[in-house]
Amino acid sequence: MPRYFTEEHEWIDVEGDSATIGITDYAQEQLGDIVFVETPQTGTELAKGAEAAVVESVKAASDVYAPISGTVTEGNAALDDDPELVNSSPEDEGWFFRLTVSDASELEGLMDEAAYKTFCEGLD
Amino acid sequence: MNKMNASGWKPGTPVSVDNEGDYPTVTGNKALMLEERLVFELGTRETCGVDLPEPDASAPNRLGKFARRKPIDLPGLSEPETVRHYTRLSRQNYAIDLGLFPLGSCTMKHNPRLNEKVARMPGFADVHPLQPVDTIKGALGVIDELSHWLIELTGMSAVAMSPKAGAHGELCGILCIRAALEARGDMRKVVLVPESAHGTNPATAAFAGYEVEDIPAAPDGRVDLDALKARLGPDVAGVMITNPNTCGLFEKDMKAISDAVHAAGGLVYCDGANFNAIMGRVRPGDLGVDAMHINLHKTFSTPHGGGGPGSGPVVLSEALAPFAPLPFVVKDADGEIRLVEEENVGDEFPGSFGRMTAFHGQMGMFTRALTYILSHGADGLRQASGDAVLNANYLLRSLDDVLDAPFGDAGHCMHEALFSDHGFAEGMSTLDVAKGLIDEGFHPMTMYFPLVVHGAMLVEPTETESKATLDQFVVAMRSLAERAKAGDETLKSAPHHAPRARLDEAHAARKPVLAWNGQDDA
Repeated sequence: MPRYFTEEHEWIDVEGDSATIGITDYAQEQLGDIVFVETPQTGTELAKGAEAAVVESVKAASDVYAPISGTVTEGNAALDDDPELVNSSPEDEGWFFRLTVSDASELEGLMDEAAYKTFCEGLD
Repeated sequence: MNKMNASGWKPGTPVSVDNEGDYPTVTGNKALMLEERLVFELGTRETCGVDLPEPDASAPNRLGKFARRKPIDLPGLSEPETVRHYTRLSRQNYAIDLGLFPLGSCTMKHNPRLNEKVARMPGFADVHPLQPVDTIKGALGVIDELSHWLIELTGMSAVAMSPKAGAHGELCGILCIRAALEARGDMRKVVLVPESAHGTNPATAAFAGYEVEDIPAAPDGRVDLDALKARLGPDVAGVMITNPNTCGLFEKDMKAISDAVHAAGGLVYCDGANFNAIMGRVRPGDLGVDAMHINLHKTFSTPHGGGGPGSGPVVLSEALAPFAPLPFVVKDADGEIRLVEEENVGDEFPGSFGRMTAFHGQMGMFTRALTYILSHGADGLRQASGDAVLNANYLLRSLDDVLDAPFGDAGHCMHEALFSDHGFAEGMSTLDVAKGLIDEGFHPMTMYFPLVVHGAMLVEPTETESKATLDQFVVAMRSLAERAKAGDETLKSAPHHAPRARLDEAHAARKPVLAWNGQDDA
C-alpha cells in the first residue's frame, strides 16, 4: 500500500480508490499535546486544498487541508474521546478521515517517505 | 400570572450531585464555601421574583396570534436568592485582590486604591465625551499631562492616546508606518517579526495588509541579528519587535537592529507590553524605536483581565508623529488646552491617517495611570521596574535547580522567568503543574507560551508581591516540580480541591453547552 506525504505534514495511504489521511509524527511533535480533533462529516465533498479538519493542541489550533480531492467516507470517531491518539499513534490509530479519491493524478506531486524525511530534515 | 416568590422556599430542594472527599456532607457544601447550582435549578418556575400587578382583565388584547401561548419559563428567584446566587459564584472567582496572579506577559500587578479614589471623583467619573469642550478642560488637562509623562518616559516625539488596548495600539503604530511609507510613495510589502515577539504582532501586520516573515531567534533567546540584517531590503516596511521579549530577555542589540532597519529604509515598531521592566531606566526613543504602544493596564497598574478595560497609547518618533490619528489634545503656548477633531482640524495635521475610535480613549484608565505616575514620581517608577526585575530573578534562581530554565545561562532575566517541561516524567506536562498550582492556592502561570520553548511556563511576579508571597510560591513550585519529575499520578487529575476537578477545557471551548436544556432534576 503506497504512502504519500505532503509539505503540510499529512500522510495519505491509498488502497484502490480509498485514501486514509492523517498528520505525521513530525506534525504531532511540533503541535504538542493534542486536546481536540474535529473530523469532516461523511459525505462531505472536499476539493484539494479545502479545509477538512481541525486539530487543537495546548499550543495552537490548526486547520488540516485536504491533500487530494474526494468524498469523505468516514471520520475517525475514536478521536472524539481520545484526541491524544494523534500523539501516541499519529501514523496509525490516530488517522483523521477516509475519502474516495476523485482524481488519482493529484497524488503524483506528493512525496514518498524518503523524500518527506529529507524535507523534514531541511526544516530543523 | 406567576405568583410572587416571597420566601425562596422550594419544595424538594435537592442535595448536591457533586459531593466527594473524605468527609462528605449531605448538602455538598464544604463549610461555608457553598456548592452552587445553575440559576435555572434554583427557585421555582411557577413564581416570579418581583410583585407585578395583575393586568387589567378588560384591557384589549392587541397581540392576537402573536400572544405567548406557553410560559416563558424563566427562573423565578426572589431578590435574596438572586443576590446570593451571584455572590456565591463570585466567591469562586480568583483575582489579584486575593493573591498572586503570576500570569507571564500579562503584568497582573496590584491596582492601587488611590487610583480608584481619583477616578471616582465626580469631575472625572461623570464627564461625557459629548459634553461641550469648555466644560471638560480638566479632563483634557489629564490627557495632556499623561501624554507628557509618556513622551518623557519613552524619549519619543508624540503620542496617540486613543487606542483602546495593546493590539489596537499595535494597529495604530503599523498604520502610522504605512502612512509614512505611502507619503513618500514607497509601497513596501513585508513586515519582519522575530520568533521572540508577541503573537499579536504578526496578526497586526497581516491585518494591516502586510506579508509577515519570521526572523529566527538565536540560541540565547534573542533576535538573530545577522538573520535580520540578511533579510532587510527595499521590500521591507519594518520590523515588529517585543522588548523585553517574550522569553523575558532584553534585546541587547536593539540599537543595532533599529540602525540596520533604518539604513534599509524601514521603520521600527516595538511592542511595549513589557515596558514595565525598563520604565525609568531605558528610553525606547534612544534605541531607535519609531512607534511603541504602552499598556496602561499593565505598566501603569490600571485594572484589567475582566476587571477593567485596556488602554494602549502609542508613542511615536519624529518620523511618524505627523501621521498620528485624530483626535489630538493640544496645549497652546498660552496654556490653553484644545481638542482637535475632524470639524476643527483645518490643515493643522495634514498627514494624520484618520481616526481609530469614536471618542478620545479610555478616560478612566488615563486618570488611574496619571495617578499612579504622580504618586510614584520619577524615582518611584524607576524603583518599580527594578523591583519587578528583582522579583522575577529571585523566582528564576529559586527554581532553576528543580526546573529547566532554558535561558538561565544567558544572564539575568527581566520582569518574567521562563521554564520548560524538560525533565518531567513521561506523561507529565506543564498543564499538570498549572492545575497543581490551583490546588496550592495560586493562579497558574502562562503556559505553552512562548512557543519557542517546549512546555513553556512563563512566570511574572511583578513588583507588588512581597518576599513572603514569593517564598510561598517557590515552596509550591518546588513541590510540584518534584512531583512532575517523579511522575506523581495524582498530579494528572489535579485540581482536587477546586469547586470542580479537572475540566475538559478543549470541549468546553469547542462544543460549549450554552443553553439550558429545560431538564430540572428537582
